[in-house]
Amino acid sequence: MRSMGATQEEYYRGVRMVPYDLVKEVVLAIVGVGVIAVILGAILSSPDVPPVTIAAWAQQDPIDLVTTATSELAGSSTSAGYGAPYNSAGEGQSWGPIAPQKWFGARIPVDSANTFVIQPLQRASFSNTDLGKALSTWQGATADEQTKWLDAYGKALPDATVSDGKVAVATGDYGPLPVMMANLLGVAQAGGLDGLLVINGRFYQTDYTLPLLFMGDGSYLSGLADQAHLTGSQWGMMNETGSYPGQTWLWLYTMWYQVFPFNSDSGFIGLNAGNADLGIIILMTLLTAALALVPFIPVLRDIPRRVPIHRLIWRTYYVPRKSPARRRN
Amino acid sequence: MSATSPPGAVPSESKSWTLRLRQAIDRHLPMDHLLPDRQPYYVGSWVYVFGVVTIAALVWVIVSGVVLSFMGPQWWHDSGLGRFFNSLHFWSVQLFFIFMVLHLWGQYFMAGWRHGRAATWMIGVVIFGVSILTAFTGYLSQQNFDAQFIAINAKDAMNSAGAGAFFNVLNFGQMYGLHVMLLPVGVTFLVVAHIVMVRVRGVVKPIDAEGGARP
Repeated sequence: MRSMGATQEEYYRGVRMVPYDLVKEVVLAIVGVGVIAVILGAILSSPDVPPVTIAAWAQQDPIDLVTTATSELAGSSTSAGYGAPYNSAGEGQSWGPIAPQKWFGARIPVDSANTFVIQPLQRASFSNTDLGKALSTWQGATADEQTKWLDAYGKALPDATVSDGKVAVATGDYGPLPVMMANLLGVAQAGGLDGLLVINGRFYQTDYTLPLLFMGDGSYLSGLADQAHLTGSQWGMMNETGSYPGQTWLWLYTMWYQVFPFNSDSGFIGLNAGNADLGIIILMTLLTAALALVPFIPVLRDIPRRVPIHRLIWRTYYVPRKSPARRRN
Repeated sequence: MSATSPPGAVPSESKSWTLRLRQAIDRHLPMDHLLPDRQPYYVGSWVYVFGVVTIAALVWVIVSGVVLSFMGPQWWHDSGLGRFFNSLHFWSVQLFFIFMVLHLWGQYFMAGWRHGRAATWMIGVVIFGVSILTAFTGYLSQQNFDAQFIAINAKDAMNSAGAGAFFNVLNFGQMYGLHVMLLPVGVTFLVVAHIVMVRVRGVVKPIDAEGGARP
């Protein structure tokens, strides 16, 4: 209880003490804040835009789903080349020797081609002879053949058309890919892919890593997020769907993504848009530490004494000659 | 108590951990400090209210959160009453952060860390950080479109720092468990510690010629 070498009684010696009802203040505060929260909740409700399913994605934008699945097979999707913690295909973010993304390896292994395309098709190929043959052809082909088919199919997809929910591309040598993708699209449109990616060999599940990674590889979900002003370049981390406040307390963290060097390709001292996540986390860690250590940082700790806001806060104390006790403090 | 002590004798201070703990509590936090009925006259400033209303908002966050967790994560999507409790939780969190930030700025301009109160300030900053993490896991646990996109977006930041290998924002079960149990317990424990530290030392004196702004 010692502060400045004194007990609390000694610390306040000479200070005029007045009656104070702490319990009453706490109870009134709980009631008052509760009334405000109940009114806000009852009148304004809360945001709850339904989640996007892979089925909805496949129905609303089948070309994007097929394009994404093709990129998974080709190893060119975001998740396929991500690096740690999903695989070792990418370097991940680093700043000089600081590369924490690589330090712990692929702790959540994801094989994009197999997980998002081949395995769901294998499950769907039961009693589907055409699909079974297509899969056999694909798996029996050389890497060069697969690359040739993927390259041709990928080039044809931007001009693809949709008819009755099915994706059609110009005639070409795509190997078994049109059959595989038509079946994957059909499974996805029926809702099967949502279940297959979540269950992943288990019965109980609470882990949505796979379907979220797959949807993140496409552009359908990010397009909806863009419309809802949720993307990073729109200060999205502190936004919510609709007009609701989001995580507004992340304003400073979000702000760094909008400014140099974190929004620049060239950047400064190795920090740029490419490693903005890592750079901003390092910066925010340092700023948070500085906030915690304000009492020991000369300039920061002296600002309150120089800025007379405290004279407003304690205006009864600073009123001249109002309190004789003050002179004895 | 030793075998040679007479019946009813009080153990000596040097031997009884229980007695030593009780005496330490009596010495450092007597009841009239924990629940004071008199305070320095300058405590009448409105800025002191921010700390109390922050705690009040936390009470409502916890109460509404307990109801939501008892009924399960799907309840509030399907039920009007559930939606109301989610709304109560949502707005209580918003109020909690508004009041906490006002409290933080108030304490900054009062240089509330002076006269041996630096640890109280530092724990307050830690509470702010853990509260942000708690709210973040709450947004990830919403099971709606916002939660989906936050998860997809936030994974890159977590992964870049190496945290994603252990703190998988795409794993709803992990985020929900952290949100309803571990992190709220952490916030509550830290807030109790913060309050006890405030009550042990009492509120800081106004800034004047005697102390400057040093801890």
